[in-house]
Amino acid sequence: MAGKTLYDKLWDAHLVDLRDDGSALLYIDRHLIHEVTSPQAFEGLRLAGRKPWRIGANLATADHNVPTTSAERLSGIDGITDEVSRLQVKTLDDNCADTGIVEFGLGDERQGIVHVMGPEQGATLPGMTIVCGDSHTSTHGAFGALAMGIGTSEVEHVLATQCLLQQKMKNMLVQVDGELPPGVTAKDVVLHIIGVIGTAGGTGHAIEFGGSTIRSLSIEGRMTVCNMAIEAGARAGMVAVDDTTIDYFRGRPFAPKGEHWDLAVKAWRDLVSDPDAEFDRVVTIDAADIEPQVTWGTSPEMVAGVRGRVPMLADMPSESARQSLQRALKYMGLKEGQALTDIQLDRIFIGSCTNSRIEDLRAAATVVKGRKVASSVKEALVVPGSGLVKKQAEQEGLDTVFTEAGFQWREPGCSMCLAMNADKLGQGEHCASTSNRNFEGRQGFGGRTHLVSPAMAAAAAIEGHFVDIRAWGN
Amino acid sequence: MDRANVDTDMIIPKQFLKSIKRTGFGPNLFDEVRYLDEGQPGKDSSQRPLNPDFPLNQARYKGASVLLARENFGCGSSREHAPWALEDFGFRVLIAPSFADIFYNNCFKNGILPVVLPAEVVDQLFMELDATPGFELTADLQKQEVRTSDGRQWSFDVDSFRRHCLLNGLDDIGTTLQQADSIKAYEEKRKAEAPWLFTG
Repeated sequence: MAGKTLYDKLWDAHLVDLRDDGSALLYIDRHLIHEVTSPQAFEGLRLAGRKPWRIGANLATADHNVPTTSAERLSGIDGITDEVSRLQVKTLDDNCADTGIVEFGLGDERQGIVHVMGPEQGATLPGMTIVCGDSHTSTHGAFGALAMGIGTSEVEHVLATQCLLQQKMKNMLVQVDGELPPGVTAKDVVLHIIGVIGTAGGTGHAIEFGGSTIRSLSIEGRMTVCNMAIEAGARAGMVAVDDTTIDYFRGRPFAPKGEHWDLAVKAWRDLVSDPDAEFDRVVTIDAADIEPQVTWGTSPEMVAGVRGRVPMLADMPSESARQSLQRALKYMGLKEGQALTDIQLDRIFIGSCTNSRIEDLRAAATVVKGRKVASSVKEALVVPGSGLVKKQAEQEGLDTVFTEAGFQWREPGCSMCLAMNADKLGQGEHCASTSNRNFEGRQGFGGRTHLVSPAMAAAAAIEGHFVDIRAWGN
Repeated sequence: MDRANVDTDMIIPKQFLKSIKRTGFGPNLFDEVRYLDEGQPGKDSSQRPLNPDFPLNQARYKGASVLLARENFGCGSSREHAPWALEDFGFRVLIAPSFADIFYNNCFKNGILPVVLPAEVVDQLFMELDATPGFELTADLQKQEVRTSDGRQWSFDVDSFRRHCLLNGLDDIGTTLQQADSIKAYEEKRKAEAPWLFTG
């Protein structure tokens, strides 16, 4: 019999019941909660007279819909000027207070984007099943966990039962080998993967990212890769546990201590796919082929190396592909065959659960240091992923590097990644963004998003258009 | 909805996610392609300029309850506001060659049946829809088939538990709680193996 994949192991360890019809009841170790997808779930619980099954398995913070200017953040929830947003953030506060669920509220330095906050606190750990009413929960797979986004009905289900009804997904391995060329980052790796397999390439699968390139990434880099598994169609992405993983969690507030730590590490060491494990699908990628990536269209698969061009209509393989390209060109205000380095930028956004951790800010600051944002750029934002990331960056003086260059230094939250708050693009504006989705309207009505790495976004801010980071600034 | 990769931002834009309710999203379904101006929560959509090119604004689709769509429908975020908006608008059945995983799952929780049919069948249905005024499709969950009014039919697969819940309007949570003893037994076993998971 073939060995088990990492996903098989995580699945088996959390199986409460396997039903005759193939559906399974899966136990959930950690449930992260935020303000946007939870109010209806708490209301559902209340209406049915139900209580949370295990309070301690839940952890909440407000991130999606919070303002990021210091002025609005000074007086906490009461300072939120948008009335509807204020009520939503307040509702999370009330629901957590009513149920006894721990929440890192506005003003708490631990507040931040759930997917930055969870690992930072050691509240999400290897071997766990982790869910949250947010599709980018796949981020937490970076340390050998089974982490998935769920809808609000499932948020309620997890609150009430600590379990989820699931169908087992298929196993897919994306193997990336070789040394990354200088200037090429985890973000470029995952955008390249999406370019190869497409945004539905991983549908129905759990993706394990493996190979020497992935192993050489830091935990933060692996989080960036797993974060965008969902943009490759996979609900869950994951990376096997190694020393990098274990070192990352040592000493974090929620991580096990003493005897429990030793026990945990022993168990975590097994969180790798067996050498003889069989995958339903394997994709291999050579790291040497990966360039700094820029998305030019309205889907993350509409991506190319920075030296590339927008595709030609005549080169499309089918009529539907041609129509889709035509629609994207119109929305993005681009011409077929246009060089990506010719795209002029109006705004820059460095942040989001994909790229707002300390290493991302350091990478961007290195590029920006001693330079100025181009006068043609209307606004350049840096939004740290959490209060603790912000504090760390300030201790390293990164905030000064950014503000001296003309960037705004903001308070933590999801911000312009989904533009639920005041941080958004105007109609027709082009943005170099370190976030994860370039859908129509994603960053604002009529806004045009180009997904890139933090270093690429930083260099684009300085030049006012995209540049090849590998050949720039020397 | 004749385009591939329709994402949940397109189904229901983010500004409407500020609501703490699960109803009232119908008027803002496909907001950015359905209207010519930018929608805001609280804005009366009946007074807004409609995009005449958008199919749902055309008289023949008024009252439609079946939405024909292309591959990877519902990709993007996990927002259940997407099926809430489709349901509130009046859709009960979605037909596409493929759906994104989270969205597909969310549909069943809200009384919506997502039907997967082969791409060539969907292609043919789109062509017939364009060519035939009054074209109607019926989805029969009991028999697991989609039918045209002239009697042609295509069968589809659906997971038996989801089918059962949808047909009987069952409450998932209630069903799971019938297994409370199994969940507790699992927790005891797990606590012995991995005590650090239960310190919170």
